[in-house]
Parts: sequence; C-alpha cells; structure tokens
Amino acid sequence: MKDIADLLRHHPFAEGLDEETLALVAGCAKNVVLQPGDYLHREGAAADSFYLVRHGAVALETFVPGRGAFTFLTVKSGEILGADWLIPPYRSSFDARAIELTRAIAFDGKCLRGKCGADPRVGYEMMKRFIPPLVKRLQSARMQALGMYDAANA
Amino acid sequence: MPQTLKACAPPPYPMAPTMTPVTRFIRESAEVFTFDLAPECATPFAPGQFNMLYAFGVGEIPISISGDSQSPERLTHTIRAVGPVSAALGRLKAGDQVGLRGPFGVGWPVEEAKGFDVLLIGGGIGLAPLRPAIYWLLRHRAAYGRVGVLYGARTPEDLIFGAELEEWRRTPDLQLRVAVERAGPDWTGDVGYVTPLLSKLRFDPADAIAMICGPEVMIRATALALEDAGVADSRIFVSMERNMKCAIGHCGHCQFGPLFICKDGPVHRYDRVRSLLAYREL
Repeated sequence: MKDIADLLRHHPFAEGLDEETLALVAGCAKNVVLQPGDYLHREGAAADSFYLVRHGAVALETFVPGRGAFTFLTVKSGEILGADWLIPPYRSSFDARAIELTRAIAFDGKCLRGKCGADPRVGYEMMKRFIPPLVKRLQSARMQALGMYDAANA
Repeated sequence: MPQTLKACAPPPYPMAPTMTPVTRFIRESAEVFTFDLAPECATPFAPGQFNMLYAFGVGEIPISISGDSQSPERLTHTIRAVGPVSAALGRLKAGDQVGLRGPFGVGWPVEEAKGFDVLLIGGGIGLAPLRPAIYWLLRHRAAYGRVGVLYGARTPEDLIFGAELEEWRRTPDLQLRVAVERAGPDWTGDVGYVTPLLSKLRFDPADAIAMICGPEVMIRATALALEDAGVADSRIFVSMERNMKCAIGHCGHCQFGPLFICKDGPVHRYDRVRSLLAYREL
C-alpha cells in the first residue's frame, strides 16, 4: 500500500522536489476520496486545505440566486485546487464540488504555512509550484471575462 | 464529386453572385444557424475557403464553408447572427435564394500536414471553418499522426455541431476536448479557457501542425501556448478575419499590411503574420 509520500511523489506538483522536502510537506497531507456531489469546500467557509487532484474532476462554482450554481472552472487529474489557504483571512471564495469520483491529496494549510515559514527554502519550493498554475488561471480568467467568443464570426 | 453535377464554368463577372437555393436550415444555438446551398454546378472547394453570401436587399458577407469538401454539390455555411446581413441570412428557410460567389481564398494546409500530428483549435463559431478540415482528416485518417481537436465556447448551450461532437468523441484516434466558459451543474465536461487544454492532448510538438480559428485574441494566446509547448511558429496556421468586400484582392478593404486576407488568406502561416498582429492599426 502506498503511503502519502508515494502518492505525492507521483503527482506533477512534486516533480523535482527533493526527498527531504517531500517528506516534510507530506507530513501535512492525507489521502482523500470524494464521491460525485461531495463538496471539498463551501464559499465563505474556512480555507484550511488545498488539494492535489490525483484522479477525477472538481467543479468550482458560485451560486446565483434564482439561476442556480454556475461552474467557472473544472480542476482535473494532475492539477491543484485551492489558493485561499495562502492569504488571510483564509476563507474560501467559491464552492468546490466533485463531479466524478475523485481521489486527491489534501494538505492542511495551517500546517504547511508553518513549515514554509520555518524554512524559507521549503516556502520557495512551494511558491515555485503554486505561482505558475495560479498565474495561468488568472490569464485564463481574464480571457473568459472578455467574453471573446461573443464577438467572432466565421 | 457526384457524377450528376457538371463543373461550374469560370464566372464571367467575379462580382456577380449566382442565385442559389437554400435546401436545408438548421438552428445550432440561439445565435448560430447552418444552411445548405445547392449550386447548379459543382463548386469544388478546399477546407478553410470561404464564399461571399448575398442577402438580397441587405448586403453581402464572407462566410467560411463549414461542410465537407468531398461533397461540393452541397455548400454548407454556419453563421452567427451579429449584424444586418447575417441576421437576414438567419431568417431564410429552405427554398429561399441567396446570392453566391466563391469559393475564395487559401484554406487549411491539409496536404502539407500529412505525416504530422495535427491539432485543430476552435473558439466559438471558429469551429465552423475547421470542420471541413476535420472531415478531411477523418476521411484520410491513415495519412496523419495523432489528431486532436480543442473547442471552446461560451456555455454548453452555445456549442455548435452537438451531434457531431458526440460522434467525434466516440471516434477512435481522435482526441476531442471541449471547454465552456461557464456551465450549470449538469455539465460534467471541462470549464475554463480553451488554451490550457492543450496540455491534455497527446502530440509530438516537433512533428505537429496546428490550425487555429476563433477570435483574434484567442488566436494570439493559443499560438503562444503552442510555441511554449514546442510547436514551431511556421507550423501554426491561423484563420484571420477582416472586413472583406470584393474577395478577390481588388478593393483593399481587407488589407492586412502587405497581405490581403481574402486572397492571401484567410488561412495564414503564423510566422508570416505574427508581427502584424501586434499592430492595432491593422
């Protein structure tokens, strides 16, 4: 049976991470399994975790009264989920709901923040892995906000 | 090409449209529709070429052909109603007539792509000009490496060619990923921008050719993402859109630096237009 460090080692997030750092951050992690419809976090709730999706898919949603829930991003295998644990007041901005059977590595945000604060080298390793996907998602969100598909014709 | 239809003679007056009947009209989404035209004579076209369609009393616009180039007896066009002419075309029904000129322009490099992995990336109505290339690739599947199609749309309700998307999803040796910008809880596909889905396709960047059609802002972002993935800019092809009027390079309305979109394009090699795309004045 694989332990959490083994699971982490096989996720793209950990690519290039040295064994010492991997073992250190694995101490903040646990394996989780979510059924379709399970929520990983709800809007406004404490953002005390982030996730590395191993298999499956999670929808990030916001609820619009009278119109229902809208999904604006899906996070799938090999991707990371959750950024609100990084910045005070550590509050989830959106709902995150599994839309298929999902297996993920869940990190305790407070635990990891503590280890990053205690050892800036670990913090830098984590930052190098968080910033690229976050920036790419910001770029994508800007494109989505432009509503560019509305204007084009063929 | 069907044997029953004779080949068209060269038109005596290139600006004179031919009256052509609509034989089928399909509503794809709230704003997008597809219709077939039945020309009197065979009108061979290459995937990626366009026709000029004239709505009588309203005006004429360029519309890419969205049908199968192996069936030139039926000219299929898919149109988003965004202006007076496209809205007038959207009110047509089977049996009505439109004015037809074409086909015009340079299409997708489907011959040049033989032996390569091929990526086709469409945004919004941009899937329509790519569809003839998809038909071509599927018909000549053995001549190509891996084939991947990425399609981005606003919402699930805005997706066009829904039945074919399902068919393509089930087609062996065709990778299809569809992303919408927002969706209700029933949608279990990808939600987000289309470009990040490139990482989900299997292809060899050193031996890949990419074809992109969509809004220009999407074309620029996608071309850069392809380059980041290792695809040479000379192997990226983009379908451009400008204000085309004559379609034969005479009027200058669609001039794009030293190029005319109508006769040098609409499909251009990205390395030949990338510097021009940076000029807002063009």
